[in-house]
Amino acid sequence: MAEGITDLDMNSFDDAIGSSDTPVLVDFWAEWCGPCKMIAPILEEIAAEQEGIKVAKVNVDDSPDLARRYEIMSIPALIVFENGEPAKKLIGAKPKGALLEEIGEFL
Amino acid sequence: MNDIRDVIIIGSGPAGLTAAIYAARANMTPLVIEGEPSSTSDQPGGQLMLTTDVENFPGFPDGIMGPELMTQFRSQAARFGAEFVTRKVTRVDFSARPFQIWVGEDQYQAQTVIVSTGAQSLMLGLPNEQRLLGHGLSTCATCDGFFFRDQEIAVVGGGDSAVEEATFLTRFASKVYLIHRRDELRASKIMRDRAFANPKLEILWNSQVVEIEGDKKLSGVILEDTVTHIRESLSLQGLFIAIGHRPNTDLFQGQLELKENGYLVTEPDTSKTKVAGVFACGDVQDDYYRQAVTAAGSGCMAAIDAERWLEEHSQ
Repeated sequence: MAEGITDLDMNSFDDAIGSSDTPVLVDFWAEWCGPCKMIAPILEEIAAEQEGIKVAKVNVDDSPDLARRYEIMSIPALIVFENGEPAKKLIGAKPKGALLEEIGEFL
Repeated sequence: MNDIRDVIIIGSGPAGLTAAIYAARANMTPLVIEGEPSSTSDQPGGQLMLTTDVENFPGFPDGIMGPELMTQFRSQAARFGAEFVTRKVTRVDFSARPFQIWVGEDQYQAQTVIVSTGAQSLMLGLPNEQRLLGHGLSTCATCDGFFFRDQEIAVVGGGDSAVEEATFLTRFASKVYLIHRRDELRASKIMRDRAFANPKLEILWNSQVVEIEGDKKLSGVILEDTVTHIRESLSLQGLFIAIGHRPNTDLFQGQLELKENGYLVTEPDTSKTKVAGVFACGDVQDDYYRQAVTAAGSGCMAAIDAERWLEEHSQ
């Protein structure tokens, strides 16, 4: 059964990403970002519907070090991690169909 | 094929959502085709989704964040029964009633249509611009300002939104250049005074960006003096574009009358277009005021115009 979205921060990130046996789609977001709010429900749907991928999110206000580590300069930024390493980075809000297409190779 | 609706509203900025509130309260069960997520201003909620503090919308003495304001507009419309489709209209046919609207393969029909598709930000149209978007180049100060803490950045433009963005970005950046091609700002006096008083903000007059530089990340721009045509480079970590807007009217070419500048034509003092039963409100038909509150006001006019028109024309 698919799960919801996990909140990750500097302390939990490496373990959660490193130990995952499926790809993880991580949403870097913040409270003050309008487009981030808009894609939040889409990510919840993906988390619920897609069994092949986990969805997590990182609040860049709380974890600026993670944002810096992955050279994020614009949010929403979505990074797919595979075997603990970033495999694909998507920047900007997109409709669900376009997003699913972009991450199709990981599903 | 769906039932024939009383009214379909295309677009969901202050104009469309105000029209939705009024139409919903008039029991017209409006369907709002609100657009789809994007990081440009062509998205549900419209331009305010990319705006920081809105200080001139009445009723919010301490200001309110643009996205927050639009969330409240939407909840208010939903509360009275407005329905939403979070997709983009792909085609319309206003040549006969009921009017036809397509969203991909899905077809909708309505007795009246309110067009409130707004306007979207213009880009510079330079090479490298699309490639560096999200890599130091941004159209959304609220989204991205945070990532430029203690860095040197620039905003291109000279209107209210450019000056507001530049002022906002001084919260993060160590230095903000405002690159403007004229020798005076179009922005309102309060915004100008705020900019002139800000020690972190420097205005580069008579300057335009002619090249954007950067490999994986933006590294700077080449500026040309609009008077002397002398070029010089300016190294930057971030560049924000706020040079104005164009109306979202591509959908209505050949269906509604457009002005030469692309804005929709409405009959003076009303929201009526040349097609009876199709109304327009907000920035898509306003190339002069372009404020959230005027858009909201015109949205109210469109809903009332649509309601009266339905009363007069119901069979």
